Amino acid sequence: MSEPVIKCESVYKIFGENAETMLKEANGNVDAKTFQKNGCIVGVNNASFEVSKGEMLVVMGLSGSGKSTLLRCISRLTDATGGKIFIEGQDLLNLNNKELIDLRRNKMGMVFQSFALLPHKTVVENIAFPLQIKGINTEDSINKAMDMVKLVGLDGRENYFPRELSGGQQQRVGIARSLAVEPDIWFLDEPFSALDPLIRKEMQDEFLRLQEKLQKTIMFITHDFDEALKLADRIAIMKDGIIEQLDTPANIVLNPATEYVRKFTEEVPREKVLLIEDVMDSTTTEDIGNLKVSKDEIIENVAEKILTQEKTVAVIDNNNNIVGSINPTKIINTVFGGRKNNN
Amino acid sequence: MELFKKYPKLFQWIFLLIVFFALCFAIDVPETYKFIRGQAEFVKDPNQSTFVFLGKEVRYYAFDVFWRLPPLLGWLPIWINDSLFFLMNDWMPMEFWNEDTQEYKTRPLVLQITRNLTAFMTFLIELIREILLGGLETIVAFTSWDWIDANPWAELPGLPWTIVAAGSAILAYKLGGRGLAIFAGLAMTYISIFGQWKPSMQTLSFILVAAPLSFVFGLSLGIAAFKSKRVEKALYPILLVMQTMPQYAVLVPALVLFGVGDHAAVIITMIVAVPPMILLTLLGLRAVPPEVIEAGRMSGCNNWQLMSKVLIPTARRDILIGVNQVIMVCFSMAVISAFIGAKGLGFNLLLALNQLNIGLALEAGLCISLIAILLDKMSLAWANKQVDYFGNLNFFQRNKNSLFFGLIMIVGIALAYFGSIYFKDGYNYLFEVPHNKGISTADFWNKGVDWIFDTFFVYIKAFNTWLIVEVLQPMRALYLRMPAIATIVLVVGAGYLIGGTRSALVVCGLTLFIALSPWWDRALVTTYMATFGVIVSCIIGFTVGTLCFQNKHSTKFMLNVCDIFQTFPSFVYLIPVMMLFGITDTSVLIAVIVYATIPATRYTIEGLRSVPSGLHDAATMSGVTKFQRLFKIEFPLAFPHMMLGLNQTIVFALFMVIIGAFIGTEDLGQYILKALSDKKGAGIGLTLGICVAFIGLIFDNLIRTWVDKRKKHLGID
Repeated sequence: MSEPVIKCESVYKIFGENAETMLKEANGNVDAKTFQKNGCIVGVNNASFEVSKGEMLVVMGLSGSGKSTLLRCISRLTDATGGKIFIEGQDLLNLNNKELIDLRRNKMGMVFQSFALLPHKTVVENIAFPLQIKGINTEDSINKAMDMVKLVGLDGRENYFPRELSGGQQQRVGIARSLAVEPDIWFLDEPFSALDPLIRKEMQDEFLRLQEKLQKTIMFITHDFDEALKLADRIAIMKDGIIEQLDTPANIVLNPATEYVRKFTEEVPREKVLLIEDVMDSTTTEDIGNLKVSKDEIIENVAEKILTQEKTVAVIDNNNNIVGSINPTKIINTVFGGRKNNN
Repeated sequence: MELFKKYPKLFQWIFLLIVFFALCFAIDVPETYKFIRGQAEFVKDPNQSTFVFLGKEVRYYAFDVFWRLPPLLGWLPIWINDSLFFLMNDWMPMEFWNEDTQEYKTRPLVLQITRNLTAFMTFLIELIREILLGGLETIVAFTSWDWIDANPWAELPGLPWTIVAAGSAILAYKLGGRGLAIFAGLAMTYISIFGQWKPSMQTLSFILVAAPLSFVFGLSLGIAAFKSKRVEKALYPILLVMQTMPQYAVLVPALVLFGVGDHAAVIITMIVAVPPMILLTLLGLRAVPPEVIEAGRMSGCNNWQLMSKVLIPTARRDILIGVNQVIMVCFSMAVISAFIGAKGLGFNLLLALNQLNIGLALEAGLCISLIAILLDKMSLAWANKQVDYFGNLNFFQRNKNSLFFGLIMIVGIALAYFGSIYFKDGYNYLFEVPHNKGISTADFWNKGVDWIFDTFFVYIKAFNTWLIVEVLQPMRALYLRMPAIATIVLVVGAGYLIGGTRSALVVCGLTLFIALSPWWDRALVTTYMATFGVIVSCIIGFTVGTLCFQNKHSTKFMLNVCDIFQTFPSFVYLIPVMMLFGITDTSVLIAVIVYATIPATRYTIEGLRSVPSGLHDAATMSGVTKFQRLFKIEFPLAFPHMMLGLNQTIVFALFMVIIGAFIGTEDLGQYILKALSDKKGAGIGLTLGICVAFIGLIFDNLIRTWVDKRKKHLGID
């Protein structure tokens, strides 16, 4: 396997005056309460993970869980107190100012919750901004920015000012700006949290469309568990600076690692999240019907078909080989069973 | 006992007052004490005691330490003076090349620096002045007098007033639209027709030099303070003192350092105008959302790009409001610096007031106010104007204002040329209306003043006497009766009750400085005048503000009135009161009241307006009457903001009391005025200024601490 694009090794971020000495003394055993007594606040506590190329890691947590702090450590908007961060093998914390600026100008893009557009620049100027900062001349940068305007579907509004746009449109500008330098790594900090529910859904779909086309390596921050399930390849759930569980959406729903994670999964409509593959039996029985379903289908889409069968249904892969089976009872158990409020 | 538990603060306050009054009664007035008039402290008198500190002899009348503290700080002004003189005349003599005599000459470093600085300022002022009025100093600066004698054509001709008037109208149109343009045109035409062109342009040139320089310095220092905590910490006390320091007081040391004239005035103006610019820059940069800064960093900005392309453009509005503030301070200083010989309207105003020619003073004052209002509105319009997109306009549309100005230039020059042929008596009215040839309304005003005096003299006099005998004299006597120790106990106690030990220590230090200076009595007189002004202003301001708040239109109207009144340079307020009440304490107090009522009214309205509308609706739905809503909801919530208004009212009142010295009072301001004409006045002036600033800061500290606590308690910000 190739080298991970982002790699974190026990990253700590602790706010406070003598954070560094305290971290050293704690010897890898950081307890938020003792730190708080000494006037330090633990933002990120021993975070280790990897993100490989083209993967979307969604970091999910409630406010104050340290998810934004983690993202800012990885983009080095704030310096981590301890640990190591590698971006494509480069040790991020050892980069000098010039190298860091180079990295940001060429490899990184970031989208912000409050859009963070420059109020004195038009849509197209905002998008061209990172290019101009890089030193690309006005004409080229504007041309490139116009491509981006089209990509996010804002053509015709390129000469508007941010104040003249709706929230959704402003965030499209934010997305376009973060993509203008064609970065490999894309950071999104609660990009859709400030939007209305309908617009949010629209933007999520748009985002998935873009990602399919661009295949960036993504770190996506959200406090919305449903959003995380919808978008993620893998989800990291954070609480009080600690990553409680890092796994695929299906595994998180089926096997919550802690009580805290389980609380989130309780209300999740599993038929919308889980694939047939996740719940099928990998053994095949004799008693198999004629219906065959793909292992990559979401349960919701095929549930009706399966439930009308009396026999077990065969599960096939992309090459039409039977890889397992699933019977209607299993579907019913998955959808309705195993939840706290039904027990 | 239960009552005591319920209102512990109230009883603490009562206890403090009891202690204060007990001390007042316990400490008798010493028999030898009398209020010292004039500068008797510095007259040698066998009854005086002396002490020597750092080689300076300080003389004073000794009293019981409980009654008046000895002036242990009496050496400070003398020391400041001597240090200044040493710096200027003896420190670090060096060889400097002298352009005029073509030889090296030995001069102290500081003297050389200040002389170069003043020469540079003079050059800038002359340059602008000659663009507006014509002259040859600038050309001479680059060549020589001989050269100009040989080439008389090289003299700068100056702009005809028509071009300046039309130019300002075009600028006003660009910034604020048609209404502002008409106002600009009319104001400039008025100034010209009424023969105030020359002094007005002199004042304007002064401001056009002082304001941009203050802006540049303020912006850079503001940025430095934003970037470095250490710079901010170093600047903070200076900013604080400068906010409450009377502008008068800075004049005196500047006189020593930079001499007399426009250049010294510009430097002084910068010292006064830079602090508000720093504050607003800092405020604006702080208000930039953190995510915008992060977006800039993630776009790969280096520090310079982040500042110039992200932070400053985003904080544009606050920074331009700073420009507005700078311009207003410059106007205020343009008048006051007439005391150190700055030319222009301020000088004419001062001269007219000195001669008691109210009519002339009124004309000059009106012109200053007109230009001040105009520049105020223009800079505000600039601040509030949002960037427009103009990429899709053609060349003509994009440059129509400059093109139009070019056209005006040609027309104006043609008119001036035509005028030089048409007007035969030597005055070209289309170029510049000379001072004594314009329409003058001075006679009319003077007659009006005479008429008012003839008709109402009896009533005015009666009112005057009543006020002085029945109110002012007793109040003054009461203030002077306060023993120093009792006053300090009262102030420190108040500090402790409001803000705890820290506040108590701060106000204790500030009060001790005043008490240990030789001017405790004068400080009491200043405080008494300010207190009287503040009390009346607050009553008027809170009432008017509350009444006006009942109606949307009157609210807006009142805020506009406040805006306009605030634009007038403080000195202008003295004209009408002198017109009515002559040269008495009453005049000063009325000027104080009028001036200090502005912030009292404004903050009352703003405070009431800041009450969230949700609360309004909630109150209405619980069925309150208008009065109940006012007293139960609006006043309690608006009160912290109104107290900030009180703070401003005190600062304004103190300023005006000090300026009132010009009319003749017996307080600290009088001494500052005297220090202006004293060869050794620098130290005295500065120390006095610090005393006044400290009076302001004592109240500032107490009120701010209280407001902060109250706001936290109410959960508003």
